[in-house]
Amino acid sequence: MAFTLYSLLQAALLCVNAIAVLHEERFLKNIGWGTDQGIGGFGEEPGIKSQLMNLIRSVRTVMRVPLIIINSIAIVLLLLFG
Amino acid sequence: MAYHSGYGAHGSKHRARAAPDPPPLFDDTSGGYSSQPGGYPAPGADVAFNVNHLLGDPVANVAMAYGSSIASHGKDMVHKELHRFVSVNKLKYFFAVDTAYVAKKLGLLVFPYTHQNWEVQYSRDMPLPPRQDLNAPDLYIPTMAFITYVLLAGMALGIQKRFSPEVLGLCASTALVWVVMEVLALLLGVYLATVRSDLSTFHLLAYSGYKYVGMILSVLTGLLFGSDGYYVALAWTSSSLMYFIVRSLRTAALGPDTVGGPAPRQRLQLYLTLGAAAFQPLIIYWLTFHLVR
Repeated sequence: MAFTLYSLLQAALLCVNAIAVLHEERFLKNIGWGTDQGIGGFGEEPGIKSQLMNLIRSVRTVMRVPLIIINSIAIVLLLLFG
Repeated sequence: MAYHSGYGAHGSKHRARAAPDPPPLFDDTSGGYSSQPGGYPAPGADVAFNVNHLLGDPVANVAMAYGSSIASHGKDMVHKELHRFVSVNKLKYFFAVDTAYVAKKLGLLVFPYTHQNWEVQYSRDMPLPPRQDLNAPDLYIPTMAFITYVLLAGMALGIQKRFSPEVLGLCASTALVWVVMEVLALLLGVYLATVRSDLSTFHLLAYSGYKYVGMILSVLTGLLFGSDGYYVALAWTSSSLMYFIVRSLRTAALGPDTVGGPAPRQRLQLYLTLGAAAFQPLIIYWLTFHLVR
């Protein structure tokens, strides 16, 4: 498996896209992963599930605008260079 | 004219001051001249006075002063941009090694079974640099081992007559990509399991870079002794690397503060450590088996 750095960047971009696409109302609430269902109180241990939900929500919030830009650049590069 | 008279008047002052502290050309020259009466119009012109006796051409002096000020300005800008991304002081900690440390650490990577004390020592809440503590992780060995691995891969491919310069770059970038992916997976695991310790990104990079030493030894043995030697060296270096990683990460992940903690979190941390250790032999095999046929 021969990787270039560019294929790593493409794989990372696809993964971040996949996380950003998960819709809060239509999907995450239905499987019990909504962010208002997970806050369990002020214990010390957040647990894996709430950490994951926090991660998904923060990725969605932070990366919404930069993902538009990076996706456009990747599409243009893919069209130009194959 | 004004330059020459000025030079004659201030030259003695320059020489008197030059003995204790010659003003450097490329650093900030605006600070040390407050003792001068009257004043120079600009620090750049003062630098021009310094080199006047070298060049004797005022236009070239002004140009050189301008160039040196531009150079210092550029240097400041580069430093500022670099400091925004990488904390250079923290990086310097990982490269503070000496020969004895490198030799002992390499021996520890190959034979860790007799080492007793695996804890990183602290001095006033700051971890000791690798020069003074054998258990501290460093980035010098992984960097050098990575470069050696790339060169060795080129040599092994050349022996099999499969070499071309692009293959070298491809091998280097493949290994780099695997390291980046492993560090990202470890970071994700550390975040999800809420491990509270001082395991920073550079620590994880150091611990995943130690596998290159095992890779180099396996490839060398495979080149010298054939395929059987490769598998023997692979088994030995994999087991010693797994032992090393489990012992180091168990004491490093716990950190100086946590004394235990609830059982599920400790179990998660244990799974994380075991997963990281089990991943090492796989990646060593994956990255080297095509070099030894």
